[in-house]
Amino acid sequence: MLNLYTRRRIVNALGLLISVLAMAFGLFWLCWILWTLLEHGLPALTPLVFTQMTPPPGSDGGLLNAIAGSLAMSLVGTLIGTPIGILAGTYLAEFGQRGWLAPVTRFINDVLLSAPSIVIGLFVYEIYVVHVKHFSGWAGALALSIIVIPIVIRTTENMLRLVPTTLREAAAALGAPQWKTINYVTLRAARAGIITGVMLAIARISGETAPLLFTALNNQFWSSNMDQPMANLPVVIFQFAMSPYEDWQKLAWAGALLITFSVLTLNILARVLFRQKSASH
Amino acid sequence: MNAENTAHPKIAAPKIIVKDLNFYYGNYRALKDINLSIAEKMVTAFIGPSGCGKSTLLRTFNRMYQLYPKQKATGEILLDGTNILDKKQDLNMLRAKIGMVFQKPTPFPMSIYDNIAFGVKLYERLSKNEMDERVEWALRKAALWTEAKDKLKQSGTGLSGGQQQRLCIARAIAVKPQVLLLDEPTSALDPISTAHIEKLIDELKEDFTIVIVTHNMQQAARVSDYTAYMYLGDLIEFGDTSTVFTNPKRKETEDYITGRFG
Repeated sequence: MLNLYTRRRIVNALGLLISVLAMAFGLFWLCWILWTLLEHGLPALTPLVFTQMTPPPGSDGGLLNAIAGSLAMSLVGTLIGTPIGILAGTYLAEFGQRGWLAPVTRFINDVLLSAPSIVIGLFVYEIYVVHVKHFSGWAGALALSIIVIPIVIRTTENMLRLVPTTLREAAAALGAPQWKTINYVTLRAARAGIITGVMLAIARISGETAPLLFTALNNQFWSSNMDQPMANLPVVIFQFAMSPYEDWQKLAWAGALLITFSVLTLNILARVLFRQKSASH
Repeated sequence: MNAENTAHPKIAAPKIIVKDLNFYYGNYRALKDINLSIAEKMVTAFIGPSGCGKSTLLRTFNRMYQLYPKQKATGEILLDGTNILDKKQDLNMLRAKIGMVFQKPTPFPMSIYDNIAFGVKLYERLSKNEMDERVEWALRKAALWTEAKDKLKQSGTGLSGGQQQRLCIARAIAVKPQVLLLDEPTSALDPISTAHIEKLIDELKEDFTIVIVTHNMQQAARVSDYTAYMYLGDLIEFGDTSTVFTNPKRKETEDYITGRFG
C-alpha cells in the first residue's frame, strides 16, 4: 500500500515539475522581452516623446503625431468594427440554429480571424488606397476595423452562448419577443464578456504594423486630417528601428515600450473587468 | 389503455382541458395521448420519475417548446375553451395569461425592480406610480417585500437562491396571469426556502390556477389538490391528491408512491 502511495506522490511531483518548467520556459522569454524593453525604452521615454513630432535624423523630437495617429485610427477602427462584430455575433448565437448561413459565416469568420494582417493591409490598399490614389488615415482605420470584426464576432458569440438557456426561456415565458429578450436579457447578461472581447481587439490592433504600412503609411508631421497619410506608432517603430540613426532607434524603443504597456494595461483591465462581473453572477 | 383505468375525477370548473395530446422531440414521442383537466384556482401536481414527460407536459401549456424547431405537439389544449395549440393563438398573449417559474432561479441581469417591471411593460403602459404599486404588490404576493423593499435598485442576481426564486414568482405574477406553471420550483433550494415557497403556493391558489411539476412526492402531497402520476409519456393515474396517495387505483402508482420504484 505504502508503495502505491509513494509511487503516486513521485508521479505527481514529476508532473508538477514538468509543468512548472514548461511555464518557466514560456515566462522566461516574456520576461526577457519586457526587461529589454524597459532597459532600452525607459531611458528614451522623456517628456519630449509626448510633446514633440517625429524628428528628422540628428535632431530632437518625440512621437506625439504617431501617438495621436495610432489613437485616432484605433478609435475609428474600433468604432466601425465593434457594432458590426456585436450584431453579427448576436446573429450567430441567437438566430444561427437553423439554415446554412450561420455555419458558413462562422467558418469564414474563423478564417478571417487567423488571416495574416498583411493580407488585410493589401486588401484595403487594393480596394481603397488605389482608388483614391493616396494613403490615408481612413484606410488605416478601415484595415484595423477588419481585424476588429472577427475578434468581436467570436467573443460575442461565445459569451452569448454562455448565457444559460433558462434565462432566454424565462424571458420568452413572460411573453417577451425575441428582440427584447436579446436586448434586455441575453446581451446584458453577456455584457462583461463582450466588453472584454472589444478590449482585447483594441489591444490586438494597437500593435498591428502590416495593415497600416499599406494604408496609412506614415507622416513626419502633425496631421489631424484622416484623409491624409497618418503617423502611427507601429510604422514609426518599424521605420526608426531599421534606421542607422541612434536617436531614431531610441525613439523606436520608447514607442515599443508605450505600445507594449498599453496593451498590457488593456489586457489586465479586461481581465479585472471580466472577473468582477463573473463573480457577481 | 388510460381511458377506463385512470378514472378521471369530475372537475367542476376546469381551467385547462387537455385532449389527446401527443408530443414529439423530433421522432421521439414523449407524450402519448394525454387527457386531463386542470381545475381552476387549485393546485395540480405532476409527479413521476425522470424522463416521464411531466415537464414536457407542463411546457406545452405555454408552448415553450416553440423555441425549439424540432419539437411539436398535436391534439388540443383548451384554455377556457380556446385551443391554445392553434396556430392562430398569439404566443405573447398566451404567455401573458400563463406564467412560468423554472427549476433554477432565473433572475434577469437587472435590478429587482426592473426584473418585475420587465414583464409588466410588455403588456401595459403604467405611470411611475402605478408601476411602483405593481412592483410592491407582486413582491408582497411573493412574500419578498420585507426583504427586498430597501434594495429594489440592487441587482436581482445578488439575492439568495430562495429569494431569487420568489423574485421569479413575483415577476411571473406581476403580469397578472391566470395560470402559474411551476417546473420543479424548489429542487434547487434548501428546506427552509422550500417551505417558504410551499406556503406561498398555498396562498397563491386563491388567485391563480397552479400547475406544479415536482420530483418530491411529499411536496405533491403537501401542496396539491390533484395529482397526476406519469410514466414514460403515459398518464398512469390522475385524481385528487388524497386518493392518489392513500388509495391509488393502479399498481404502478402505488409502487412509485411507496418507493418500491423510481
